Amino acid sequence: MAGSVWRSMLTHVARAAKRPALSSASFSRGLQTVTLIPGDGIGPEISTAVMKIFEAAKAPISWEERNVTAIKGPGGRWMIPPDAKESMDKSKIGLKGPLKTPIAAGHPSMNLLLRKTFDLYANVRPCISIEGYKTPYTDVDLVTIRENTEGEYSGIEHVIVDGVVQSIKLITENASRRIAEYAFEYARNNQRNSVTAVHKANIMRMSDGLFLRKCREVAENYKDIKFTEMYLDTVCLNMVQDPTQFDVLVMPNLYGDILSDLCAGLIGGLGVTPSGNIGANGVAIFESVHGTAPDIAGLDMANPTALLLSAVMMLRHMGLHDHGNKIQTACFDTIRDKKVLTKDLGGNSKCSEFTAEICRRIQDMD
Amino acid sequence: MASEDDINNAIMAIRRNGVALKGNIETNHNLPPSYKSRNNLLRTTLDLYANVMHCQSLPGVRTRHRNIDIMIIRENTEGEYSSLEHENVPGVVECLKIITKTKSLRIADYAFRTARAKGRRRVTAVHKANIMKLGDGLFLECCKEVACGYPEISFDSMIVDNTSMQLVSRPQQFDVMVMPNLYGNIVSNVCAGLVGGPGLVPGANYGEDYAVFETGTRNTGKSIANRNSANPTAMLLASCLLLDHLRLHAYASMIRRAILSTVTETRLHTADLGGQGSTSDVVQSIMNAIQSTGPQTLSI
Repeated sequence: MAGSVWRSMLTHVARAAKRPALSSASFSRGLQTVTLIPGDGIGPEISTAVMKIFEAAKAPISWEERNVTAIKGPGGRWMIPPDAKESMDKSKIGLKGPLKTPIAAGHPSMNLLLRKTFDLYANVRPCISIEGYKTPYTDVDLVTIRENTEGEYSGIEHVIVDGVVQSIKLITENASRRIAEYAFEYARNNQRNSVTAVHKANIMRMSDGLFLRKCREVAENYKDIKFTEMYLDTVCLNMVQDPTQFDVLVMPNLYGDILSDLCAGLIGGLGVTPSGNIGANGVAIFESVHGTAPDIAGLDMANPTALLLSAVMMLRHMGLHDHGNKIQTACFDTIRDKKVLTKDLGGNSKCSEFTAEICRRIQDMD
Repeated sequence: MASEDDINNAIMAIRRNGVALKGNIETNHNLPPSYKSRNNLLRTTLDLYANVMHCQSLPGVRTRHRNIDIMIIRENTEGEYSSLEHENVPGVVECLKIITKTKSLRIADYAFRTARAKGRRRVTAVHKANIMKLGDGLFLECCKEVACGYPEISFDSMIVDNTSMQLVSRPQQFDVMVMPNLYGNIVSNVCAGLVGGPGLVPGANYGEDYAVFETGTRNTGKSIANRNSANPTAMLLASCLLLDHLRLHAYASMIRRAILSTVTETRLHTADLGGQGSTSDVVQSIMNAIQSTGPQTLSI
């Protein structure tokens, strides 16, 4: 870890020397700075794997490692460490490994804290079938876009009288419009053909009705994208029979949580699914959504695919499509070839071997 | 079901008869909130608290997963379907999800009683208590409490998003599942899709005094209506459940046997199963099967 400490120190010194800001994102010697949050458990080793692969691909990324363990700020409120926040505010782009969920640590989940700090309102999960990693479902190519700040996860609950609990689902015009706008923008920028709003307005008339109305309004400004609406249950029913009929799906928080995990299940699980969180003010944090796997941490057994594909999503978000495609192709080719696979993919290679194989393929491409 | 009166008359008739066979009533979700879902109204007014859906892999129906045998028991009257919404200020809407100890205990007890009666071995409670600590937390507590009274049945719980992922990768791991209303909606539709689709699985809604039988996934099938291409299997199997409820088991078994023998006939498969068979052909085949094996009745 000495290298990363040295790198952080250098960055501190450089900042102190007041580098001229060329743009809102840090830009030095043609490199784009990205805040890297390795996380816990297998986080550090898969982050190292990603950095190695990016180096092999000569991606113009300069990593700034930060820790986000919650600290108590002035006034007793839990917050992420100031140097982490500062780094993200400057770089605007983050890549994050899995974080431990503490029980009885006194502070809220780190993911929740990050979400609140940077107003990460959209959770985006592209689910694409990975050739070579067989599941009962083939040709899956869809994207779930989930509103991530309100809905059923508002955290507002009350015990009304003993034995009667009320949980509040909050739907607002602003959040609904914002997520709808993001969904259509994403569809346009990524050459997707249609956006489907997923809802249950037959039962939740006012709340899902509001969400639906905002989606319809935004759709008016994107006549080039086909807009459809579908009940949540119909989506679930059809998704497990024929997922190829779906393209981009936009929905409130809970439905998004469930559907995005369902879709991850279709392509092979959280170990191979990328995820991105889009925030206000141009902030975006890409992350692997699997757990910290403490039982295999430090044993060079982890599968870096999820974090790597999230990093590819990040490259595409930054406009670095060539590098993104190169890395994704190398990763998919390695998996398809089946010669060097980590244990969870059905092989018995080490994480470092899997990483080296991907690096080798990238270098062969040049 | 055009007017208020129609649904009230229907409810009155069900109170009188005790049982009903029901199709799905379309809800125009563009109408204002005062116009509530007729289906939901029926369920809550008659307090049909348990929605039961038994999803089984059928021979003759090709699906990606085999050997599925899941019994879904879904709380049918509260949770997210409480129809309690209000707009605090313009553009800010609250929707209340209500979980009560009474109804949670009731559905948990129904689940364990049913599991015991059917010789099932395991009950899994599906929830999101890590986020909805009070609401789903209460539901989970109630399930745990009831589980103590059924020591021969093993009890575990699973978070709903993980459940969805597990269902599409290894559905065979599930036995009986119990859950609040909305998760029930999601899980039953996923399971119905896994065993072959909305045309195959029947659903039952049980209350203390009444029972209403319908297709499991409650679709109107608007897009394929009036074309003689709908799959009648789900509704016919629902009617067998009705006969069983009335203790007319011999008739139920006879019809069910005929239905299942027809569903293995690939050439009769309707469009939802990938075939080109017609509704009337399927029905005729079932009738033939009954007539060739069942008792003769003068009135047919």
